Amino acid sequence: MAEVILKNIKKIYPFTEDEKKKDKKDGSEDKPMNLQITDKGVVAVQEFNLEIADREFVVLVGPSGCGKSTTLRMIAGLEDISEGDLYIDGERMNDVAPKNRDIAMVFQNYALYPHMTVYENMAFSLKMQKFSKEEIDKNVREAAEILDITPLLNRKPKALSGGQRQRVAMGRAFVRDPKVFLMDEPLSNLDAKLRNQMRAEIIKLRKKIDTTFIYVTHDQVEAMTLGDRIVIMKDGFIQQIGTPQEVFSNPKNLFVAGFIGVPQMNFFPDSKLRCEDGKYTVEILGEKFELSGKLAESLKVQPDAAAEREVVAGVRPVNVVISDDDTGIDAVIEVAEMMGSEMHLHMKAAGDTEIIAVVPTLNMNVDEMSQGKALKLKLQTEAMHLFDPETEESLLK
Amino acid sequence: MKDFAYTRDFKSRALIFAILLAVSIIVVIPYIWMLSNSFKTTIETLTDPMHIIPQEFTLDGYIKVLTKSPFFHWLGNSVFITCFNTIVILFTSTLVGYLFARFRFKGKDFLFAMLMFTMMVPAQVTMITTFIIIDDIGLYDSVWALIIPSFVNVFGIYLCKQYCEEIPRELIESARIDGAGDFAIYWRIVIPQIRPAIGALAIFTFMEYWNDYLNPLIYLSSTEKMTLPLALSYFSTQHTTDLSATMAASALIMIPAAVVFIIFQKQFIKGLSMTGMK
Repeated sequence: MAEVILKNIKKIYPFTEDEKKKDKKDGSEDKPMNLQITDKGVVAVQEFNLEIADREFVVLVGPSGCGKSTTLRMIAGLEDISEGDLYIDGERMNDVAPKNRDIAMVFQNYALYPHMTVYENMAFSLKMQKFSKEEIDKNVREAAEILDITPLLNRKPKALSGGQRQRVAMGRAFVRDPKVFLMDEPLSNLDAKLRNQMRAEIIKLRKKIDTTFIYVTHDQVEAMTLGDRIVIMKDGFIQQIGTPQEVFSNPKNLFVAGFIGVPQMNFFPDSKLRCEDGKYTVEILGEKFELSGKLAESLKVQPDAAAEREVVAGVRPVNVVISDDDTGIDAVIEVAEMMGSEMHLHMKAAGDTEIIAVVPTLNMNVDEMSQGKALKLKLQTEAMHLFDPETEESLLK
Repeated sequence: MKDFAYTRDFKSRALIFAILLAVSIIVVIPYIWMLSNSFKTTIETLTDPMHIIPQEFTLDGYIKVLTKSPFFHWLGNSVFITCFNTIVILFTSTLVGYLFARFRFKGKDFLFAMLMFTMMVPAQVTMITTFIIIDDIGLYDSVWALIIPSFVNVFGIYLCKQYCEEIPRELIESARIDGAGDFAIYWRIVIPQIRPAIGALAIFTFMEYWNDYLNPLIYLSSTEKMTLPLALSYFSTQHTTDLSATMAASALIMIPAAVVFIIFQKQFIKGLSMTGMK
């Protein structure tokens, strides 16, 4: 149990000798990522400021190469911190060895010691800290009991299933009651069903052991369901920090809006925001939609009455509805995915704009919704998001 | 069709069997010849050395080796040198291999290239300089002359490095977080992971020093400091060789090597077949 503070953390991976030589030779850049490159090297993480409260569950989420794992590894002490300060429980940890940080970590591939039994795996850290045999036995058995792995204690990792290995990895981490619990994509090696199960297990486990959690994932569903707060990262920068509800309802920029939510939010570039007769309207694909009063009030920039402003409008698929009259955006179904209680319709509107709608199947003729069917769509403006096309920042407060 | 496939299969199997049999015979004949001559009288080894079955079966050769020479003393020397070298080489090879595989330090690639380079220089090239150094530091005619120069084995380092590179990075990081220091990680995590390499290296090293004839011949002069392979020359004079005793000694020397091989055989084959495999 401890608070974790990251102040202006930066990570630079210096070029290796080979890379330097190569750079001198052709000066070309072949890194696929959009990370900043300086004279010193590749900047994997920068301007990372975060205060994690005691017993908080924080999830770092973002696409691969965004710096989330690097940040976690810096907290663990497995990577040096190039600049900035890291505090755990009020103590500066930049130069403290991992073993003295009182942290535990669960790795993506579990990293169980293959030559040791489950019991020995769990006892290893306690043994290294010179706990007595009785204490080790007590702690290991207690942890095993909580995770329901007591019958597996004498098995080797080779003889365990993926889910069991996952449990053992978690048991090994919390057996010594760490101040901070770090998890690096712990569920990504499991199949979908097991992942759902283990997600629920982690929520239960968290209630039982009640410590500070920092969890890294690229899966936004995991982030939304597990985190008290979510830190969304891209290209080494934090994009937004907030509760799952906040980042879902008020995404700060286009990236966050597109990253959080399944299916992804629909974006309409080249939309026009206007203020006519004191009422705000947005023109999307030739159709005018009046903004609700609440949304109009939350606009950061009030466009002057005569001017029109180009914006990127964003509407979540659940807020796209099939019109019951003859008005709305024209669209044609390209793919219809039946999900049971709802249907995901992938459609194409004017100008090759792709629109995804999630519509409930109740009271709907499902068979009708097939490829090629033309529909009229309405957008629920109360849940609309508006972004600046240049800065990509949200125009809403 | 089935019959044809069967016949073809049978023919190819028969051919493979014949080739393997021929090769086996070629390999085994010297050993049979050695055993047969070790049970012959000295006269018979001179008059009829090629005859496989002894005309007069005798243990004279063995008795002579065991009673007329300090055989057990030599055995002690050989066991000491071989075991000491094997243990030290296993330790240095695994440690240095792990270092090269997992640590980042300046000049690492250059150092490793230099080590590899020494593998390409035949031992005979450095023999004279090594001898002069050994003599200068006063180790001539001491068993330590056969031990100290062997502390580092480049092939062993290479083999262990290859194995250490295959250990998942997370395993070592996990141990580090669990509170293990560098040596604890090496001892408790790395060593158990590279057991096949250690098994193979143990056999290689044991065989190398057990069978080493040249180095003891160069560095040792007193009879009581000799190792077993030198014992073979003990029964030879300038003009004649006591073939019966020499072959008996050879047969006796082979026994420990065979035992070691049988014990570590599984690991040895695994170690060889996995070398360089990613």
